[in-house]
Amino acid sequence: MKVMILGFVAALVIAALAPVVLEQFGWSSAEQYSSESVRLD
Amino acid sequence: MNAKLFGAAVFALATLLFNPGWAQEAPEVDRTSTGGAQTLEDIMARQEQLKVDESFRSENLGDPASAAPIDEPLGTLGGRSQPDIWRGVRYNEIDTSTQVRGPAVDVLIQDGGMPWYELRRGPVITYGGGAILGFLLLLVVFYFVRGRIRIDGGPSGTKIERFKAIERFGHWLLAGSFIALALTGLLTLMGRSFLIPVIGQEAFSPLAIGSKWLHNNIAWAFMLGLVMTFVMWVAHNIPNKLDWHWLKAGGGIFTKSHPSAKKFNAGQKIIFWTVMILGFSVSLSGLSLLFPFEMPMFASTFEVMNSVLGTDFPTALAPHEEMQLSNIWHSIVAFLMMLAIIAHIYIGTVGMEGAYDAMGDGQVDLAWARQHHDLWVEERQAKQGRGESP
Repeated sequence: MKVMILGFVAALVIAALAPVVLEQFGWSSAEQYSSESVRLD
Repeated sequence: MNAKLFGAAVFALATLLFNPGWAQEAPEVDRTSTGGAQTLEDIMARQEQLKVDESFRSENLGDPASAAPIDEPLGTLGGRSQPDIWRGVRYNEIDTSTQVRGPAVDVLIQDGGMPWYELRRGPVITYGGGAILGFLLLLVVFYFVRGRIRIDGGPSGTKIERFKAIERFGHWLLAGSFIALALTGLLTLMGRSFLIPVIGQEAFSPLAIGSKWLHNNIAWAFMLGLVMTFVMWVAHNIPNKLDWHWLKAGGGIFTKSHPSAKKFNAGQKIIFWTVMILGFSVSLSGLSLLFPFEMPMFASTFEVMNSVLGTDFPTALAPHEEMQLSNIWHSIVAFLMMLAIIAHIYIGTVGMEGAYDAMGDGQVDLAWARQHHDLWVEERQAKQGRGESP
């Protein structure tokens, strides 16, 4: 039972971290849809 | 002559007579009054579905050869007026470029949107949802007909370790993320049709936004769980002769016998490979949807299919068509997976006494293990007897 809950929590942690990691790689939608001459922030 | 037959013959002749397919050519039109542009006669001829020679429009694309220099009035258009340019776009006669940056922004028109939308909200929901409801009903009937598969002679009280903690972790990572993906996927697919009429748009909106976020991000946990379980269990899931005997006996489900099996029986191997193959496929189409236009895969897949199977699938697909196909394929494969997993959940919980313990705390009753995985128990006990790690 403990391992089951650990598996579910791990899935949620991965889900929470995924967008942060993808953003680090420059894979945000904003970056994908703009050129170098656009200042995003 | 039979009156009905005569009526049918008259109807067929009348159809042929008035059918625009006979394609009467529209009469020559004098366009001097409009300076060469289309006239009321052209419009009327098109409405009557007559064949109109469109060359007066498709070839009227301006005169780039005598364009004004770029720094003079209208020079930037390169000898074409705006209507000339749009006519060129319409008849696919000029090369267009855009200063807008981004994937697929140079596609002005693609007409696959409505067929995709109709397919998604029609047959995909009807057959996919119907299959799930029908299968659930079938399992309820099966449960009442066959009953729970009991441990013959009752539990022995002695436990044996069936799955290690890391194996159970990989299983639950995959299972938890799959259930989240299935629920949020169904909500995304069917919410507009079934939830909005019940809870209203204001309540559905945050639910849909949350579902989209969870679906997109928990997909990574699913892919990790898929890789983990594949690596841990693939060696135990290679089909062998034993599986054939197991299948011939129907797994003992109907005959109440217990065909021999190692760590995984043929039924479990079918579930394993179904999850692996469909899981891989749904992950690929999911990645294609997660990174729009970055991972087109259908044109190249169709190319391979055409060369191997001799089929005639289109190999020139607009970027949006790739996305539409990915979306439909994603739904179909996901529905198939849901059916397999519902069967798996049934047999692992209410369908069989003692089965849940294998993934619950990893310890199963020895009598259950001998009944369903006798050869695996023998292997384990032989290893323990030799002092090896099981």
